[in-house]
Amino acid sequence: MSESKGWPLWEVFVRSKQGLNHKHVGSLRASDATMAIKNARDVYTRRAEGISIWVVPSNNITASDPSEEDSLFEPSQTKVYRHPTFYDVPDGISHM
Amino acid sequence: MGDDSLILGQRLSQLCGHGPILEEDIALTNVALDLIGQATLLLEYSGELAKQPKTNDELAYLRLEKEYVNAILVEQPNGHFGDTILRQFLFDAYRKPLLEKLLDSNDERLAGIAEKSLKETKYHLKHSSEWVIRLGDGTEESHEKIQNSLESLLRYAYELFFENEVDRLLIAEGIVPSAESIFPIWDKTLNDVVKEATLTLPKNNWKFQGGREGRHSEHMGYLLAEMQYMQRTYPNMEW
Repeated sequence: MSESKGWPLWEVFVRSKQGLNHKHVGSLRASDATMAIKNARDVYTRRAEGISIWVVPSNNITASDPSEEDSLFEPSQTKVYRHPTFYDVPDGISHM
Repeated sequence: MGDDSLILGQRLSQLCGHGPILEEDIALTNVALDLIGQATLLLEYSGELAKQPKTNDELAYLRLEKEYVNAILVEQPNGHFGDTILRQFLFDAYRKPLLEKLLDSNDERLAGIAEKSLKETKYHLKHSSEWVIRLGDGTEESHEKIQNSLESLLRYAYELFFENEVDRLLIAEGIVPSAESIFPIWDKTLNDVVKEATLTLPKNNWKFQGGREGRHSEHMGYLLAEMQYMQRTYPNMEW
């Protein structure tokens, strides 16, 4: 794998069918965007997983800091009222 | 056609787990699988047409070396990655126009096989030609290596346009296209890609042939020994 050392890392997003959103499926190495799309096609869609691919250079992604987990995410855990679970759903309404 | 697909598929599958990087390993294995799939359809059909019908397994695994009529190009060893990809490019550039013309074949079954295979082969050509360009127009080392691949492999490619009596009969019947209708397309693809890759076509290239008549290079026997081993050791074995 030493040959791939100089190649940047790419994050791969695949849309499985029309109307759905692209989902992150993994990452791979490629020398440029064209190669990244081709590699993604070969690595992540060989079992008919998708109809569209996005690739994004991994270093263009800004991630939240795990050490800030407390302040970022914990407050929402105690706010159950933000879930729409306090409504009475009339009979006959499906898919809720 | 079936033998070209089978033998090139077998060659490429030898790289499974040995590709230069994980992504390319999978890409080459995908191509190998596509080719074995195409070989399955083609050999199945030719087995049905034979005077004494044969299964595709019998045709793939139980013939003698001289009974295989693949071009010598496809049995050439994998060499380094440049050799593998250049061999693939020379073949894909020929196979794509062949399949495109087969869509209009008077033989419906063959036209159907061509339609299915063409989608795969288009991608193979895109993959192999992009790599030839990257390597040729890449570093000094990659340029030199793939230039050497071109010089050692191009001589085997002209056999792809070999025609014998049977071919001429099929051409007259409108079942397969003539070699002269495919050659200019192949030649243009070759010249365009070689130019973009900043490579130089070798001059006075000796044109090998023999594979189409069952006369193979020294590499073929080893390939067949490995490929036929299982079926010869355990006759009639099935998956």
